[in-house]
Amino acid sequence: MYTTELKDKNQKPQVAAVVEDPERLAAFEARVAADDFIEPKDWMPEAYRKTLVRQISQHAHSEIVGMLPEGNWITRAPSLRRKAVLLAKVQDEGGHGLYLYAAAETLGTSREEMIEALHSGRAKYSTIFNYPTLTWADIGAIGWLVDGAAIMNQVPLQRTSYGPYARAMVRVCKEESFHQRQGYEIMMALAGGTDAQKRMAQDALNRWWWPSIMMFGPPDENSPNTAQSIRWRIKRETNDELRQKFIDVTVPQAEAIGLTIPDADLKWNDARGSYDYGAIDWEEFYAVVRGEGPVAKERMQARVKAWEDGAWVRDAATAHAAKHEAREAAE
Amino acid sequence: MADTALFDYACRLGDDSLILGQRLSEWCGHAPMLEVDLSLANVGLDLIGQATHFLKLAGEAEGKGRDEDKLAFHRDVLDFKNCLLAEQPNGDFAQTIARQFLFSNWQELLFRELCKSSNATIAAIAAKAAKEVIYHSRLANEWMVRLGDGTAESHGRMVEGLDWMWRFSDELFEVDAALEPLIASGVACDVRKLRPEWDARIGRVLKEATLELPQARRATVGGRVGHHSEHLGHLLSEMQFLQRAYPDSRW
Repeated sequence: MYTTELKDKNQKPQVAAVVEDPERLAAFEARVAADDFIEPKDWMPEAYRKTLVRQISQHAHSEIVGMLPEGNWITRAPSLRRKAVLLAKVQDEGGHGLYLYAAAETLGTSREEMIEALHSGRAKYSTIFNYPTLTWADIGAIGWLVDGAAIMNQVPLQRTSYGPYARAMVRVCKEESFHQRQGYEIMMALAGGTDAQKRMAQDALNRWWWPSIMMFGPPDENSPNTAQSIRWRIKRETNDELRQKFIDVTVPQAEAIGLTIPDADLKWNDARGSYDYGAIDWEEFYAVVRGEGPVAKERMQARVKAWEDGAWVRDAATAHAAKHEAREAAE
Repeated sequence: MADTALFDYACRLGDDSLILGQRLSEWCGHAPMLEVDLSLANVGLDLIGQATHFLKLAGEAEGKGRDEDKLAFHRDVLDFKNCLLAEQPNGDFAQTIARQFLFSNWQELLFRELCKSSNATIAAIAAKAAKEVIYHSRLANEWMVRLGDGTAESHGRMVEGLDWMWRFSDELFEVDAALEPLIASGVACDVRKLRPEWDARIGRVLKEATLELPQARRATVGGRVGHHSEHLGHLLSEMQFLQRAYPDSRW
């Protein structure tokens, strides 16, 4: 799954509080411009470190919160095969979360700190997971659209300037493209099924389409960090470029299985070689970023509950490890 | 020709795995830490895989054209043959681990023996699954020790969790009239013979976990003949919902 600059529109762009040594900064910029990877022990400007921690931890949180909407259907999956595939998929998302947290930890922020930031509402996660999964078709739509959008975003991140993040992305991308195909396959089965199944499929597309194309983040003119992030190779293409790519790839996929994209203004533009599309409701996007998504409360409640209910388990594991170590030392 | 004895046995094996796999999948996204979430999902996936193979075999033995999905999603409580232990609710993490501990240590011994089954399909499924289950019991044993010998709270919860599950352990070693002929022909494993080794394993881990063996009590049984706890019906109504609500659909 994925995250972009999930900042409230009214939040000020981050300003680097630290004045960096101009020589080191110039050397750093030159390395990044030459597409060198920056590694954890290398010098880096504070603003780069902060931006990365924010982006990678948001990405990790998105993976973990993203387990919930799909997890909602594991126990109700309609066949043994679908159940196994979905369980494996959600487990993959958890694995992505794990290596993204590990990548962010190389920048000096602990997993506990990041999780605390998520639970207190200071850290964001992808807006898409604040929408509910109502029918089995939503599992198809998420795989097809949400993972499809994630791939668009993440493929360029395999060449992002921070080594541990780029390497995590290589692995994540392989699995996401598998998920995307599985999701599309679910939609294909439904779209070719009974009337009730067709209805589920079209309804899921209707509900997930707009939130999916919002996943690429605000339009470029409202994306204050884009220029710097692109210069730093933290981002490699703009939000609007990625969004357009996604739409161009996805529209024919919907047509191929007889589903209709819920956008009356969607039209092929010969001159541009791309689809024109209707206006996106950015008020909805910013509301969801502010935490006003339909199931934002349920998502956070589930995460906080799992964490709090699990506290005694983590304490026990720590206590046992300490006892074990003491005993080994005594021997 | 229909082989009802084999059908019944394959259902018992498949239902154990299916129902416990379903229970473990309830944890997904809600475990105490990410690493545990991944491990529980792994175990659940292995179990669902085993269930798929055993229920496929059951359908073939029955010879009425029911495949593994038909059996998983279109039978009611009385026709499920899993042990009562598998269907017990997750409870807290200690209760889940207690269930896994008793079950996986048993299943590991069972599959080791079933690798020698005179039924080639059962032997093949068991051979693959035996490797998986060694990992399951190791995971459960490690958590038993961590929680038993962790903090006072975790110890107390482990005692409770074990107490909940213990009454269902005798059923794992029960042999009824349906099983006797299959044991005689070398298809099924005589689970009675596994008991001493299982007891020894359980005792060893409990000792390391600083936990007492729960007191002997009257066993609660019935799963193998379809007489279950109240929990199974709810589990099935959730698991089977889509297939039941849209019976003529392909997914």
